[in-house]
Amino acid sequence: MEKQELLEKIAFNVVQGRIEAEDEGFDEGLEDQPAVTELVNQALDQGVSPSEILVDGLTDSMNVVGEKFEKGEYLIPDMLAAAEAVGAGMDILTPHLLKDGVESKGRFVIATVIGDLHDIGKNIVSIMIKGAGYDVIDLGVDVPADKIVAAVKEHNAPYLGLSALLTTTMRNMQEVIDKLKEEGLENTKVCIGGAPTSPEFASEIGADAHCADAFAAIDWLKAQQAA
Amino acid sequence: MTEPDTFRQGTVVKPYERLNAEQIELLDDASMKILEETGIWCYNMRAAELFAANGARVEDEPGAGAPCKRVYFPPAMVRKYIAMAPSKIVLGARDPQNRLLLDAEVPRVYFGSGSETNVWLETELEEFQSTSDPKRKLTAPRYTEKRGDALLLARAARLGEQLEHLDFFIRPVNVQDSDISEDDHDVNKFFACLNNITKHVQAGLTTQNSLNKVLKMAEIVAGGSEELRQNPVVSFITCVFKSPLQMVEDTTDKVFDIVEAGMPLVISSSPQGGSSAPIQEAGMVAQINAEILAGVMLTQLIKPGAPVLYGSVAVRARLDDLHDLYGCPEFNQYNNDTAQMARHYKIPCYSSSGVGNASTPGMQASFEKVFTHLYMGLTGAQYIHYSFGLLERTNTFCPLQALLDNEQVGLVKHCLRPPKVDAESIEEVRKMITKVMKSSHRLFTRHTRKATHAGEISEPYKFGAKEQQDGVIPRAVAELAKVEARPGKHLPAELQAKIRAEVPGIVDRLFTDK
Repeated sequence: MEKQELLEKIAFNVVQGRIEAEDEGFDEGLEDQPAVTELVNQALDQGVSPSEILVDGLTDSMNVVGEKFEKGEYLIPDMLAAAEAVGAGMDILTPHLLKDGVESKGRFVIATVIGDLHDIGKNIVSIMIKGAGYDVIDLGVDVPADKIVAAVKEHNAPYLGLSALLTTTMRNMQEVIDKLKEEGLENTKVCIGGAPTSPEFASEIGADAHCADAFAAIDWLKAQQAA
Repeated sequence: MTEPDTFRQGTVVKPYERLNAEQIELLDDASMKILEETGIWCYNMRAAELFAANGARVEDEPGAGAPCKRVYFPPAMVRKYIAMAPSKIVLGARDPQNRLLLDAEVPRVYFGSGSETNVWLETELEEFQSTSDPKRKLTAPRYTEKRGDALLLARAARLGEQLEHLDFFIRPVNVQDSDISEDDHDVNKFFACLNNITKHVQAGLTTQNSLNKVLKMAEIVAGGSEELRQNPVVSFITCVFKSPLQMVEDTTDKVFDIVEAGMPLVISSSPQGGSSAPIQEAGMVAQINAEILAGVMLTQLIKPGAPVLYGSVAVRARLDDLHDLYGCPEFNQYNNDTAQMARHYKIPCYSSSGVGNASTPGMQASFEKVFTHLYMGLTGAQYIHYSFGLLERTNTFCPLQALLDNEQVGLVKHCLRPPKVDAESIEEVRKMITKVMKSSHRLFTRHTRKATHAGEISEPYKFGAKEQQDGVIPRAVAELAKVEARPGKHLPAELQAKIRAEVPGIVDRLFTDK
C-alpha cells in the first residue's frame, strides 16, 4: 500500500474509532478490515516516519471527530472510541518517536485522590487527553498525595489532573496542592474535576483550573501551551 | 384472512395481567349471567328479531319510553357466536407499510389518536417581564381555543402522518363548518383524513345513509371494491350500547350496514364507573364485557366471521362532579381487565390511553398521560386509541400535546420492547466484557456504539433540558413548527379528481389537487 493511502486509512479508522481489525466502526461493515493498530504497524514496517504517522494519520483526524461531535453527529462514545484509537496508535509509536527525538505535547499526570475509588470521569479525561497527543501518566484511583507528587517529580510533568466524586474526598485535593508547593513544584499547573467540585472550590484550594469535562480539560491544556 | 407481507411492526409486549385464570372465569360467568338473567334493553327491532330467531328469549319491555324489547341470551348462544369472530384482522392503509395486523393471540400493541373534539387548542409563546426586575424575562405559552372544523381535521391528519409513533388515525377533531350539512359530515370527515395521512383511518358514522358515499371514496383510494375489502383503508367505530345494557336504535342500524358491507368495525362501549356502571372493578368489567359481547354477537349473527374489535373504553366518575376521570388507577385496572377478557375470547382489543383532566399541556397532562400510556401499553391491547393530543378529557385536541405525546409514546414503546437476551447476544457481551477487562481503563463507553446505531438504545427525552428552567413547551413549539412545515402526503391528483366527480358533498377547500 502507498504511504499516502496508508496514512489516509489510519486517519479514516481514527474517525471510525477502530483500534483493532475485529472492532466495529461508526459506519457498518468494517469488521475484520485492518484498523489503527494493524495499519500503524504496517506503516512502520514500510518505513513511514513515526512523526508523519502521528500527525497525518492520528492527531489531525481528531479535528474531524471534534467537528462531528460539534454538529451532533457524534456522541461521547464515538469521541472516546476515536481517542482510544489514537491512544493505541501512540502506544505503538512512542518508542519510535523517542528514538527520533520527537517530544509529545506534554506530560500530564492524572489521579483520583485518596479515599475515592471512582474513575469513570478520570478515565474519560485520560483517554481524551492521550488522544489529543499528550503523554498521559494515569496513576489510577485512591492515590495518596505523596505518590501523586512523586510521580509529578519523576516525570517532570508540567500538568496534573486531580479527580474526586465524593464530597468527603474532594478535600484531599488540597493536601496534594500543598505538598506540590512543599516540594517546590508550584510551576506544575493543576486542574481539578469531578461532580462535587466547582471553579470556586478550585480557587479555594489553590488549583489553577476547574474542568467540568474532558473537553474543558483539553481546552485548558491548549490554553496553557499557547500562554 | 391472508396475513399481509408488510405491516407496521407495533410493539410485541409481555402483557401484565392483573387477573388470574379463576378471576377471568368468574368475570366471564358474571357477564353470561347478566346476559342470561338481566338481559339487555334492545331499542332496535331488527336486532331483536335476529336475536330471537337465533335462540334468545325476547319480550316486550313496557315503560322504556320508546319501542323496546328485553332480550335474554342463553350462555351457549353467546359462546357460539362470539367464537365466530376472527382472531386476526388486517386494517389497511394508503401506504401498505402502514397496514396493521391485529392478532388477538399476539400482544402486538399499536397506539393511535381518538375522540372527536369540538375544541382545537393553538399554542403561541409570549415573553413576560418581571415587574420587580426588568432584566428578568420569562417565556410562557398562551393558548387559544378554536372551533374544530374540516381544515383543522386535515391539519391534524397531516401532523399524524409525521408522528412516527402514531400507528393509526382516528379523527380527533369534529367537523363543525357552517357550510357542511349533517348529511355531508361523513364524506368531509373521511376525505379530510384520507387526503392527508397514509396510515389507517377510522371514525364513526354521523349518518347511516352516508356509508355508501364513504365506501365509494375508500374504494377509489384503495383501487376498487375488492381491493378495499383486502386493504380496508378505513374502518368504523360503533357505540351500540348506552350503558347500562341498552342497545340503541340508530347505531345498531349502522352496525348492520357496516357488517353487510364487509368492513371492519369496533363494537365500543364506554360506561362510567359510579354512574352508568358499578365503580367496583368486578362490577364494571362484568357489565362492559356483557355489553361488548352482545354487540360482537350481533355482528356474527349478521355475517359470521365479520371483522370486529372488542372496544373497551371503561372510565370512572369523579365523585365531586361526575365527570369522567381519566389518568387514575381505576381506569388502568378496568381496561387491563378488559384487555385480558378480549384475549380470553380471542378478539382483538381496542383500548385507550393518554387521556387526562388537564386542559393545557404541562405537568398535570404529562403525569396523567404517562400513567396510562405506559400501563395500558403493558396490557398488550392491540389497538390503543385516545393516545395523542387530547386534553380536558376528550374535549380538546392540541397539536402541541400530540407532539409531546408522540415523544412519550415512543419512549413507552421502547420501554416495552422484548428483551434482547439470546445465545448470540450473550456471547457478544461476554466477549465484550473480557475485552474491556483487559483494557487499561475498563470502560464500556466505546462499546455502546453498535447498539446505539442499531436503534437499540433510547434517546433522552427530546424536550428535556439540562438547565434549571423547564423548557419543554418552548422546545416543543419550535419542533412543531418544523414538523408542520413538512409537505403533506396527499392523494394523487387523479384520485382527488375522481373523488370530486363521484362523491358529492365534499367542500372544495379540502382538495389539494389545484
